[in-house]
Amino acid sequence: MTELTLSKAIGSGLRRALHDDGRVVLLGQDIGRLGGVFRVTDGLQRDFGADRVMDMPLAESAIIGMAIGLAYRGFRPVCEIQFDGFIYPAFDQIVAQAAKLHYRTRGAVRMPLTIRVPYGGGIGAVEHHSESPEAYFTHTSGLRVVTCSTPQDAHTMIRQAIACDDPVLFFEPKRRYWTKGEVDEEAGFPMDLARVVVEGADATIVTYGPLVATAIDAAAAAADEGLSIEVIDLRSLSPLDLDTVESSVRKTGRLVITHEAQEFGGLAAEIATAITDRCFSSLEAAPTRVTGFDVPYPASRLEDHFLPDLDRMLDAVDRVMGRQNSLSGWSGS
Amino acid sequence: MPKESHTDDAVAGPPAPAEPPGFVTLLDPSGIRVANAEFDPYVADVTNDQLARLYDDLVIVRRLDVEATALQRQGELALWPPLLGQEAAQVGSARALRADDFVFSSYRENAVAYCRGVALPDLLRVWRGTAQSGWNPFEVGMATPSIVIGAQTLHAMGYAVGCQRDGVDSVAVAYFGDGATSEGDVNEAMIFAASFRAPVVFFCQNNQWAISEPVSLQAQRPLSERAPGFGIPSIRVDGNDVLAVMAATRQALERARCGGGPTFIEAVTYRMGPHTTSDDPSRYVDALQHEEWAAKDPLARVEAHLRDRGVLTDELAESIASHADEIATEFRCGCVELTDPLPLEVFDHVYAEPHRAIARQRSQYAAYLASIGMAQTDGE
Repeated sequence: MTELTLSKAIGSGLRRALHDDGRVVLLGQDIGRLGGVFRVTDGLQRDFGADRVMDMPLAESAIIGMAIGLAYRGFRPVCEIQFDGFIYPAFDQIVAQAAKLHYRTRGAVRMPLTIRVPYGGGIGAVEHHSESPEAYFTHTSGLRVVTCSTPQDAHTMIRQAIACDDPVLFFEPKRRYWTKGEVDEEAGFPMDLARVVVEGADATIVTYGPLVATAIDAAAAAADEGLSIEVIDLRSLSPLDLDTVESSVRKTGRLVITHEAQEFGGLAAEIATAITDRCFSSLEAAPTRVTGFDVPYPASRLEDHFLPDLDRMLDAVDRVMGRQNSLSGWSGS
Repeated sequence: MPKESHTDDAVAGPPAPAEPPGFVTLLDPSGIRVANAEFDPYVADVTNDQLARLYDDLVIVRRLDVEATALQRQGELALWPPLLGQEAAQVGSARALRADDFVFSSYRENAVAYCRGVALPDLLRVWRGTAQSGWNPFEVGMATPSIVIGAQTLHAMGYAVGCQRDGVDSVAVAYFGDGATSEGDVNEAMIFAASFRAPVVFFCQNNQWAISEPVSLQAQRPLSERAPGFGIPSIRVDGNDVLAVMAATRQALERARCGGGPTFIEAVTYRMGPHTTSDDPSRYVDALQHEEWAAKDPLARVEAHLRDRGVLTDELAESIASHADEIATEFRCGCVELTDPLPLEVFDHVYAEPHRAIARQRSQYAAYLASIGMAQTDGE
């Protein structure tokens, strides 16, 4: 066991993957000499060479398209998209090419691509550096979408993503890059199983990535008021581990889903529908959502209003508990 | 107020090329062999008999194309993109390749696929709607055609970098059209290929049309002039001359195999048919231009040349034609024998590894089918 920051834990996972499998190659902007703008790939080019840790010209579509060609040739490419808001030029190559090639070729062509994306807000950044575009990709068949919230998960899941024969979007919660935790390199768990982070009996908060830590804090604060909150870290956003959520909600009867991404058409809507469908009769209240608002990601001096925080989560818990909450006297439409 | 000449210049837009740029021709439209010191060595080994075999290919792919169009008209295919007029560009380049080279093409390269050894019915699966792809790419060294314009050029570039990393001298070939040269992906592919000195050939069939849009909407200068700006050697070749196309492709392949990096080839040709069987070129094609190109037919010049050399007799011509008819019959039979996939196959191969959400949907749909009496036994 070693104590690592989340970013170092991803770096050590990449290092293990490069070491264990000669077909693993890294592609990205500034990932070589600089070690990535977040230093996730620090030292990897020095140790594995510029043929395996490749700095890319500035064209996201070409980075993914090149990785697809390398995968055709039997490589296992790991691409870094420098920031969430820069992934859109690569959209066709991800959703119409990488995602569909296995289906299109009836299984003849495998696309073991990993696409690493630092995502989410809370770091006071300029536009295009704080977005949560995961729902675009969870909506696309053929992709797997995962995200991590702890150094241990980051390390284990990046290695699983690379080993997976399907294309995997690996979303990294950039504001948690500096979170420290113990990492056991030999730890093994399937990346598509959700984790119950805090056990509780009165309500379930389902979240992922950067908001897991916030939800844990919310559960602790609720405990001070005598409420027992269960917190689930989804880890995998596609596929979803709805079995774990279902068994929690069967126990608590109340569900709050929270993510930074905008609400409309987002993951929370999908989870609320699926859980209502699966255990309607166990629900004591309608599932509710705490998300970013349906506006473009705002200027950084406004981001604290956009991002779900501990208090908004507790307000939602009050709603599902039928307690006094911010909407109790609300008469808007 | 007197008009000054520079005012005219300022509003005239980009200057027109002084004269139409030339291209490499080895066999002119009347079948006369034109000497070319640079490119002759690349086809010095092509004997008259071998040229006759290329002619055989040209006849077959044209015959198959006609058959596929007929199959579409008869309702056996949903759609077909004819290659009429582009036979030499496709056959000449494809026959220059080695088995270990790898093709990434667009959807009109059915003659390339034929030359790569794709089985006849496999050429039709996509167009009949029984599958999203026709063949296993690794069995024929040709990826499933890309329908999104230009997307495949990036895959070719990436594959080529892979060949380079593997230390083999295989080459990736990207086929695309004049319209694709406006796509970001094609330009990015050339930038990356140049930066990594990737062993890739960018083979652009300039057939003058992107559905109804003429090449003049895509480019104000010959397409072949773009590549040098990326640091990529470029060849402009007569796309209706099978010999010249083969020579140009061989030169490009040689450069790639020797570590010389990418080459861009503009094969200047003409789409004599519609964009697809759903298109109506009478709404936009210029009849005079069409006639001019008809006189530059890729088959007629080889036929004239071979007849002049005494290689192609009436007897041989007839045997080539009847052989093509036989293949067309086999093609037709293969087409009508392609059966619809089973309902639950809609869920097959979405992922390479088990996926619980797809498994659940599949299971629920199977239950639904059973409930309406459509139970299916399936392999998965």
